[in-house]
Amino acid sequence: MERKYLLGNEAIAHACIESGVDFVSGYPGTPSSEVIDTLRTRPDRTAYVEWSVNEKVALENALAAAWCGVRALCTMKHVGLNVAADPLMTSAYTGVTGGLVIMSADDPFAHSSQNEQDSRCYAHFARVPCLDPASVQEAHDMIKDAFLLSEEFGLPVIFRPTTRICHSKGDVELGPAVMSARKGEFHKDPRQYVVIPAHTRILHKKLNEKQAAIRKRLVEKGYNRFEIRGKTAIIASGIALSYVQELLPAGVSFMKIGAYPIDEVWLGDFVGKHEKVLVIEELAPEVEECVRQVAGCVPVLGKKNGYAPYEGELSLAAVAAIMEKAGFLKKNPFPRVSPVQDLPPRPPILCSGCLHRGMYYAIKKVFKDAVYPSDIGCYTLGLQLGTVDTCICMGASITVASGIAHSGEPRDVVCSIGDSTFLHSGIQGLMNAVYNGADMVVVILDNRITAMTGHQPNPNTGATACGVETPAVSLDAVCRACGVMFVETVDPYDITGTVNVLQEAKKRKGVRVVIARQMCVISARRASVKRGRYLVDPEACTGCGTCVRFGCPAIEFSDEKAHINDLCSGCSVCAQLCPVGAIGREGKK
Amino acid sequence: MSGSFDILIVGIGGQGTILASNILGEACLIENRHVMGAETHGMAQRGGSVESHIRIGGEFGPLITPGQADLLISFDLLEALRYSHYLKPGAKMVVNNHLVLPTSVYTQKLTPPSETEIIAALKEYNLCLLDADSLAADAGSPLSANVVMLGAASSAMPMKPESLLEAVRRLVPKKTIEINVKAFESGRKAGGTF
Repeated sequence: MERKYLLGNEAIAHACIESGVDFVSGYPGTPSSEVIDTLRTRPDRTAYVEWSVNEKVALENALAAAWCGVRALCTMKHVGLNVAADPLMTSAYTGVTGGLVIMSADDPFAHSSQNEQDSRCYAHFARVPCLDPASVQEAHDMIKDAFLLSEEFGLPVIFRPTTRICHSKGDVELGPAVMSARKGEFHKDPRQYVVIPAHTRILHKKLNEKQAAIRKRLVEKGYNRFEIRGKTAIIASGIALSYVQELLPAGVSFMKIGAYPIDEVWLGDFVGKHEKVLVIEELAPEVEECVRQVAGCVPVLGKKNGYAPYEGELSLAAVAAIMEKAGFLKKNPFPRVSPVQDLPPRPPILCSGCLHRGMYYAIKKVFKDAVYPSDIGCYTLGLQLGTVDTCICMGASITVASGIAHSGEPRDVVCSIGDSTFLHSGIQGLMNAVYNGADMVVVILDNRITAMTGHQPNPNTGATACGVETPAVSLDAVCRACGVMFVETVDPYDITGTVNVLQEAKKRKGVRVVIARQMCVISARRASVKRGRYLVDPEACTGCGTCVRFGCPAIEFSDEKAHINDLCSGCSVCAQLCPVGAIGREGKK
Repeated sequence: MSGSFDILIVGIGGQGTILASNILGEACLIENRHVMGAETHGMAQRGGSVESHIRIGGEFGPLITPGQADLLISFDLLEALRYSHYLKPGAKMVVNNHLVLPTSVYTQKLTPPSETEIIAALKEYNLCLLDADSLAADAGSPLSANVVMLGAASSAMPMKPESLLEAVRRLVPKKTIEINVKAFESGRKAGGTF
């Protein structure tokens, strides 16, 4: 036994190693990414680890490995499970031989996401077990059981931590690493793996027949348990449980739900022993709905009658407020405090020297009055620059652009998408736009890395997750193969060159693609790329503010003059924008 | 109620708040105490306001409740003010005397409070203000400012300074151990026993 202070995702990765995981796939997405990032960089790694191009691809790969009898892990963020929903639903029918754990990390409060959906609903929908940890230690411990449950019932298991598990830290008891020597072997069985109607009807029945035994086992495992302490009770799930435990008054019973499906008979028995039950959980009222079904005439307090919020993230203070409102606490122990008002906000911004800023500047200059659909990545921060008009889900910049272009909207449509997102689910949209004759410009922001989630490699990088060299995909060739006639690559640090190409694109019709290629500045810094920094000549500066409006965090303004601070990474774009030539490379006149 | 000692470390993405919180976590392991924390990852890190919660002796949730923190360590003046409501009445605040103006000031033409105004507001608290950037530079590397801050705050923590120093040695890059030990000690001196 060893105790370490670990990030939740590191503890989860370690538990996978303790479980002798053989096959790992996934697509990066906050808050899930560090699990594979931990596994892929372990020097003693025995498992096969890949970053897949998207979540559907990742899950199908992992499913196949589990069919071959090895233990597989597939990681993604909650919205990734939408992409993987197609294989998920039928994988419950085909089942698995080796354990298959699907980690789908939820993000209450949408800290880094486009919505607040709940992966537990997918488990319910697909009729597969779901484990919902309440702490970092439990997340670690649950993973080992998740593989065992998956193998016992021959079903994929959804493991659903939330941001406050994945990105929390704790002192965690770890077990020994297990270096698995399992080799996969595919046993042909068309009745299991070929879901033609005649086979699938039987598989569906088998899936339904497994449910009662799963419910019972989850109670036996202790993930769903209770303590009777009085006539009223609180039922809580996931991390909400740890907040309730910190506040629980004497004489109030509590039930912990850490696994689904919940045994209704067992639940009904507990609820029936109380006069009032409060349900506290984040996101969807998944537990609450189950409690309401078995409660009979016992009053149930929760989201559905306004005691708890549907939206956002819970905290100790939020749970205290719910408990006070529901009559479980006489007085909220946390006096309300307010932050200092009217401070200038400090939202995340594009880094100094980020290629996206230069490219967005050039787009704005050439396409002044256009519609700008965009996508998911660091470049969504272009919202602050006025070049992000839409963002809904991965790959939807190109499809939204073609939809707008075909709607009759008279303005130019110029969409932006990153290289990783383009490879994730942008290509189909591009093919569709060309096929159906859309009139639009696609800008691929090509920094050759999946930057926002922590610099994971992708097929455009030239290296696999484990650092093995691999052929880099040619974005140019992919676009041409889709039938795009105008495909140009520009360096977004060269504003004049970029503007010229965009002007050329503006003159043409049909789908036009401009690839803006430059290394991510963070990757460049790590690779020790050195560019001299730039300085403002205070004599020449007229204080016009052109450079400041560019929005680079390296440019400050005081005493009617611009100044460049030490965040400057030497991209030179501001020097190109300055109308009086007051900005120059340090040491040069 | 939890008997934990709650420390909030705040700053700007890239200033080293995560390493600082890892050092505190490691020091807790050395002293065989429970610890939990929560921090900002992902997009919010890109030059944005970031926070690390550390609950020493924490048993339950990782988040500190506003109004309940025992100690605030801030790498920036403005961020100290932004998170000041997290402190318990009378609790301590260790702040780097340095202000990075957010880009929103220029792009949205907002008027930021001046350094003097911020410091005047922070003086309402039990404040220790120090120039961690210069102390770090003197120690041998501006990157050690986060360790200077920990040193300055160390007398306010329920932990032995030796445990913190040992944690610093374990977690900083090998080549920089000497610089960081110096940074910790000069921070500890500057912080005094306020």
